[in-house]
Amino acid sequence: MDMADTSVIQQHLIDPEICIRCNTCESVCPVQAITHDSRNYVVDAAKCNLCMACIAPCPTGSIDNWRTLPRVRAYSLDEQLGWEELPAALPLDDPALVPPEPFGEVQAAQHVNATLPPWSAAHAYTNLYGPKATASSITAQVVGNVRVTAVGKEYDTHHLVLDFGLLPFPVLEGQSIGILPAGQDGQGRPHYARQYSVASPRNGERPGYNNLSLTVKRVLEDHQGRPVRGVASNYLCDLQVGDKVEVIGPFGTSFLMPNHPRSSIVMVCTGTGSAPMRAMTEWRRRLRQSGKFEGGKLTLFFGARTQEELPYFGPLQNLPKDFIDINFAFSRTPGQPKRYVQDMMRERAADLGPLLADPDTYFYVCGLKSMEEGVLAALRDVAQHAGLNWVKLAPMLQREARLHLETY
Amino acid sequence: MNSINYSEKIPNNVNLAEDRTLQRALEGWQPNFLAWWGDVGPEGSTDHDVYLRTAVSVDPQGWAQFGHTKMKDYRWGIFLNPGDAERQIHFGDHKGERAWSEVPGEYRANLRRIIVTQGDTEPASVEQQRHLGLTAPSMYDLRNLFQINVEEGRHLWAMVYLLHKHFGRDGREEADALLERRSGDVNNPRILGAFNEQTPDWLSFFMFTYFTDRDGKFQLSALAESAFDPLARTTKFMLTEEAHHMFVGESGISRIISRTVAAMNELKTDDVTRLRAAGVIDLPTLQRYLNFHSSVTVDLFGSDESSNAATFYSSGLKGRYEEGKRVDDHQLRGQTYKVIEARGGQLVEKDVPMLNALNEVLRDDYIKDSVAGIGRWNRVIEKAGIPFRLSVPHKAFHRNIGALAGVKVSPDGRLVSEAEWKANRDQWLPSAEDRAYVGSLMGRVVEPGRFANWIAPPAMGINRQPVDFEYVRFN
Repeated sequence: MDMADTSVIQQHLIDPEICIRCNTCESVCPVQAITHDSRNYVVDAAKCNLCMACIAPCPTGSIDNWRTLPRVRAYSLDEQLGWEELPAALPLDDPALVPPEPFGEVQAAQHVNATLPPWSAAHAYTNLYGPKATASSITAQVVGNVRVTAVGKEYDTHHLVLDFGLLPFPVLEGQSIGILPAGQDGQGRPHYARQYSVASPRNGERPGYNNLSLTVKRVLEDHQGRPVRGVASNYLCDLQVGDKVEVIGPFGTSFLMPNHPRSSIVMVCTGTGSAPMRAMTEWRRRLRQSGKFEGGKLTLFFGARTQEELPYFGPLQNLPKDFIDINFAFSRTPGQPKRYVQDMMRERAADLGPLLADPDTYFYVCGLKSMEEGVLAALRDVAQHAGLNWVKLAPMLQREARLHLETY
Repeated sequence: MNSINYSEKIPNNVNLAEDRTLQRALEGWQPNFLAWWGDVGPEGSTDHDVYLRTAVSVDPQGWAQFGHTKMKDYRWGIFLNPGDAERQIHFGDHKGERAWSEVPGEYRANLRRIIVTQGDTEPASVEQQRHLGLTAPSMYDLRNLFQINVEEGRHLWAMVYLLHKHFGRDGREEADALLERRSGDVNNPRILGAFNEQTPDWLSFFMFTYFTDRDGKFQLSALAESAFDPLARTTKFMLTEEAHHMFVGESGISRIISRTVAAMNELKTDDVTRLRAAGVIDLPTLQRYLNFHSSVTVDLFGSDESSNAATFYSSGLKGRYEEGKRVDDHQLRGQTYKVIEARGGQLVEKDVPMLNALNEVLRDDYIKDSVAGIGRWNRVIEKAGIPFRLSVPHKAFHRNIGALAGVKVSPDGRLVSEAEWKANRDQWLPSAEDRAYVGSLMGRVVEPGRFANWIAPPAMGINRQPVDFEYVRFN
């Protein structure tokens, strides 16, 4: 998905008229996204990971303010530091907020995205390591680092395995962890943490071992295609087996898989958004192998520019069709028309419709922010094709925690 | 250990169960605490289910759990911020040494005194505020009052834990005495003057939480730097709770101002008599209450020159506000600081050794912080287009402690004669008439979403609940 950055974000802001400058938010933020001067407390949109750790502790409620606006127009720290009051929200019909294609009455992601886990999800542990935990970080050892895209291609994606030895670091599929890159930034401060989704199932990348895997794409350019070296991704991709890494987390309490028998999962992802899908798929595969799972269908929609960009879903392509139904969409295959995940989903409307209607089916979307609207529009069309009322269905999906979006 | 063992009588994250002696001592103190709460805690509140925030652990998810609960069933517990085994003392003569996990013998008496003085303010304010529930301006405000009360109770627990754990028999006796002193009692008063004053009405309460709880914030911040690690970790966590108290004060006054300026614009007047007839609190009265609470709180920081303050700092017991963020040698020997004294009919500055002036340093940091909030109140007035500004009185105004005690100074910092003081006293401090007027406004308004006439509703409710949420269920 290489659309120009027209993505719209929910920017987290603090209301300076209500805030009493008590510093609570800054002290609890696990990724140091909040800072202040003598006048205002402000949130850095580039660092905030919307983990909500600051929301409940804020005594005033001033922390709970959001503005929908294009990513490129996000308020800078300097702008926020100068505020005496919050700027007005952009009107919903502001041209900047209108998506490039007409998507009809598709709800914005925040109105359909579940905030709670499925009822049968396992309990997730969070924030075991971090600034407010007993230990500010946990040291993991790199026990594997493999390039999974062909050398010589511009895409350099790594499969990284971290081992925690004897220390506790329980994670579930769909959770993420924070990596503290070694070294300091230009101002001589330690780098802030970057979040990565766990790509391995709960019982370890290698079953029975205290390890987990990550999918890391080396960042060499920004969303606009300008050259920039991603601090954490380059740090991780360059690690050698035996190196030590400082980790915080785990994070995430809602993007979790259902565990009840016959629950089905639909996974929609692009690029390294495949990490949690790999984790869920592998956990189901292990359950199936051990004969402990009664059924439930897995459906995957995976978008990439070309076949070569696909990170290591390779082995999973050999899985039996009655276990997982895999649909690839390539947007840059020479000589072929561009195909996005939402195109694939529309094509498979006849199969997806019954899954949307089935209360035991859960939907997971992970990848770049810009895929969100297209995927939601496709789901709406699938619903209408199946005679379902999307306007009623969407809030129900959210309420029953059946639709989870994680985009960045 | 961040999680709390609820199977124990006393929720805690300090492995209380592993120290049977301590656990039994605290379990012995607990019924006395509950008896004290029943005796002089919030009046007539026994059966109310209050929408309270309870800390169940010290991580972000844990310390802001909301739900309806009876106050006597509130889980008063013992929570310390996570420790750092490598933590070093970062100021004073012991700078660079490992922080203490036990009390060094030579500092025992001073540390006990610091902890008892801090601890004494917590039950004192509960006692001062015990009748306010009967005249709450709204259910929302009633809930906020009760939240403050239970958290002051928890802060008492925090100090009592330190006394029991680290000070042996003396500590246990001091812990008992904390429940025996009473605010305003002639025979057995609370230790600090401001905590024996009455909190007769909600204007006083909001001013108290704005000014006097902010003194708490600065004292706790200074103790959070302490070389005695358990004290530092305890007070760090208390600070997170203290923020709510200052919010109640700052937003409470802000809402009063908001209502007053609305009435001024409706009636197109700044005439005090007409505004009082309309049942709102005029801005000059707010200024006089502000003068009073600001000045009595400024006294709480102690004498401007104090050898105790120097000792506390040099021995590492109590640091400065944000000690860790300051760039100096953190030992302060040979440095000076300016304090004010009255000489030759004028207020003049003089240089004194910095170490002896640390009370003054903390006082000045406090004043700077309280001025910032008053700027935000003034923006409410400014937005309404009214040419009146509230201001903090000069720090020499109305002082009863230190070199300035009893010196007659106007709010703008002029030394004045006894006659001028007498003539203007009622312009500068709340008069009996002001207090009677404010008292006359106090009536109980507790239907969800309704507010007394003299105060505007808040911009938002607590914990994302609507303003008209049923914050207190009367049973």
